[in-house]
Amino acid sequence: MTSAIEIRDLVVNRGKRRVLHGISCTIPAGSVTGLLGPSGSGKTTLLRAVVGVQVVAGGSVTVLGEPAGSPRLRRRVGYLTQAPSVYADLTVRENARYFARLYGLGAAEADRVIRAVGLADAAGQLVGTLSGGQRSRASLACALVGRPELVILDEPTVGQDPVLRAELWETFREMAADGSTVVVSSHVMDEAARCDRLLLIREGRLIADDTLAGVRAAAGTDDLEAAFLHLVRTRATAPVPAEGGTR
Amino acid sequence: MSLAILAATTGRILRQLRHDRRTIALLLVVPTALLTLLYYMLADQPTVPGQPPIFDRIALVMLGVFPFVVMFLVTSIAMLRERTTGTLERLLTTPLGKLDLLFGYGIAFGLAATVQASLAAGAAYWLFGLDTAGSAGLVVLISVVDAVLGVALGLLCSAFARTEFQAVQFMPVVVVPQLLLCGLFVRRDQMAGWLEAVSDVLPLSYAVEALQEVGRHAEPTGTMWRDLAVVGGAIVVALVLGAATLRRRTG
Repeated sequence: MTSAIEIRDLVVNRGKRRVLHGISCTIPAGSVTGLLGPSGSGKTTLLRAVVGVQVVAGGSVTVLGEPAGSPRLRRRVGYLTQAPSVYADLTVRENARYFARLYGLGAAEADRVIRAVGLADAAGQLVGTLSGGQRSRASLACALVGRPELVILDEPTVGQDPVLRAELWETFREMAADGSTVVVSSHVMDEAARCDRLLLIREGRLIADDTLAGVRAAAGTDDLEAAFLHLVRTRATAPVPAEGGTR
Repeated sequence: MSLAILAATTGRILRQLRHDRRTIALLLVVPTALLTLLYYMLADQPTVPGQPPIFDRIALVMLGVFPFVVMFLVTSIAMLRERTTGTLERLLTTPLGKLDLLFGYGIAFGLAATVQASLAAGAAYWLFGLDTAGSAGLVVLISVVDAVLGVALGLLCSAFARTEFQAVQFMPVVVVPQLLLCGLFVRRDQMAGWLEAVSDVLPLSYAVEALQEVGRHAEPTGTMWRDLAVVGGAIVVALVLGAATLRRRTG
């Protein structure tokens, strides 16, 4: 299996604080990889480094065979930021059409991504008037424009109801089946069960990089929440707070 | 740069403006309303023999100043929003070039300024009897160039503001000194030497001088074209500096 992302000894500082302590991992192409960890564990920073918008202090990130952030990757990588980044004073359709046009694509592609995130009924509505969950789906739609080879999604399912969450995961699975590589971050452990591979991150260090089955086997439990806690206790160097920080 | 992306970005900014009816109304009505105020305020002022009426002198300069101030404010807030809502970071991960975005703002707000300046100039000439030796078309042209100067400075200044509170405070910092020293209140050659030197490096001084040239001369003068070129140069410098503030990678 070829790799879509190769990360070697990645170190990132924000201000004087080190937030990623030498992360190395390989993400295979055509898979759905879940990046899981508590809030503040470095998930967003790691994803930003993969997209190439994060200043890094050391190590290397190779994406689809090129250094992260290369101009040629801008047509091949879709990125959903954690906070919805769409124009509140445009409609859902106008947002999607604008992002489609940046990739030289037309209205049909905009309509396709709007349907893919279940916003067809709200396409004519101003994003500023949408609910929080709808707004983040509008942002997601714009990240799916042009069927990018690699899709980086930072907490795409936060604030969505269970039905929509299931539908969104189905969409991610279909994208991977079509050959895209999907990386999804989440702090909700039950979403891990929908991924091919899991990266568990805590305090800027990877504590697991394995298949779903591998993580379960290593922890000796099928319950992913329990598995995460087990791995934190056995592999993390830092002391573990009682509440663990995850749901 | 790509023409298709530039066109898409210009269209997107105009569409955002179109959804904001109140801003459009303010853009169109405010300059004319202020000219009205100016007209009645100065209606009973005596005219100095051999000089144009005081309304003509001030209104002509204001036709350049209003679009400059308004577009500076509108642009600095619009660009600050791009930075704070994350759309800028996202745009910079797409095939969009930095100049596509900056020129997109320049063209979109330049078009808005053209409508604004034409309305204000129309009111000044037809309602209030403004009289210039040169053509009204040149006055509108200079006003639009002033507006684009406001856009370019607004794009640049938005990089130095973290919040909208800070962004609006750049208005007095950037605009008021230029207004005070542009030659409207005191002739520039009658200022103290160091003030004149400061005035010489402020782009609005040239914009105002260009308007005054149109007021005095029937045909476009060499000074007017030189002044316009200086303002154009200031626009390019501000846009290039603005592009340098757009970082694809941040901490």
